[in-house]
Amino acid sequence: MSTVVDIVLLTLLAATGIALLRIRNLFAVVMLAGIYSLLSAGLFTVMDAVDVAFTEAAVGAGISTVLFLAALALAGHHENRPGHTPLLPLVVVGVTGLALVYGTVDMPGFGGADNPVHHHVADHYLEESPHEIGIPNVVTAVLASYRGYDTMGETTVVFAAAVAVMLLLAGRRRSRAAAGDDGEEGGAGHR
Amino acid sequence: MSLDFFVSHYNYWVVIFLMMVGFYILISRGNLIKKIIGLNVFQTSVFMLYISMGKITGGTPPILIGDAHGGEAAGHVVYSNPLPHVLILTAIVVGIATTSVGLALAVRIKEAYGTLEEDEINRIEAQVEASE
Repeated sequence: MSTVVDIVLLTLLAATGIALLRIRNLFAVVMLAGIYSLLSAGLFTVMDAVDVAFTEAAVGAGISTVLFLAALALAGHHENRPGHTPLLPLVVVGVTGLALVYGTVDMPGFGGADNPVHHHVADHYLEESPHEIGIPNVVTAVLASYRGYDTMGETTVVFAAAVAVMLLLAGRRRSRAAAGDDGEEGGAGHR
Repeated sequence: MSLDFFVSHYNYWVVIFLMMVGFYILISRGNLIKKIIGLNVFQTSVFMLYISMGKITGGTPPILIGDAHGGEAAGHVVYSNPLPHVLILTAIVVGIATTSVGLALAVRIKEAYGTLEEDEINRIEAQVEASE
């Protein structure tokens, strides 16, 4: 049963991907990207990654949609028709895709219990974390304790990104104040 | 190619398809915000690849059943691999951070050039260089 749900969700994701590619109204594209995130969150639930699923639903479908809408409000939402022929990008994408598919042929099948990924530290985490950390959610135990430095590095990245965004947008307000009304009209004229 | 092989590799192939859709948006579209969306599609497909590898058929989410301090039930339950989940949790948060920086840059570029289209930006750059 879960295999059927898995296949249906993946097919829906592929359809959403094609729609994302073809639509040129960026508002519609952002909404589709939200749907894409939500579908992938459903897929994560089917594949037992519940922590990842709710993070993806909150961050991918929620926060990132809001950020994209804010950016569209500031920067306009029309996309031009691509000027050059799509031939070269198609060839590059086709060759890369074929190489990757070739790489999957000798990968272990989906869902196998004796796949190599499951037999290094994962066993240790599942068997020892109740004694060593003492909480039932193994993902949380690994995230906050065994790989705590990772999480600290992640926090540093988020902090750096927040500082970068604030610096970029603060510069925007300053340049607008310096340019007066001229800058605004220049921006609106191209819409 | 048997049906079994197809079903057991379908995940990987759809993931690769989505990855290539994202890659194609990234290299063939001129609009900078569309490019960032393409990058997001690419990124989510990588997440799906990792989570696919962690799944065990018939397994449950890696939240231990029974007593938190090693209950008796723990021996009989199959849990999916928690490690890819942890890695992807970190990646999702880092992904939204880089997306927000990209969007802030796009807003600034729009302010400076009056457009988000790559070819128009290149044209303006060329004009500025020629006039100098």
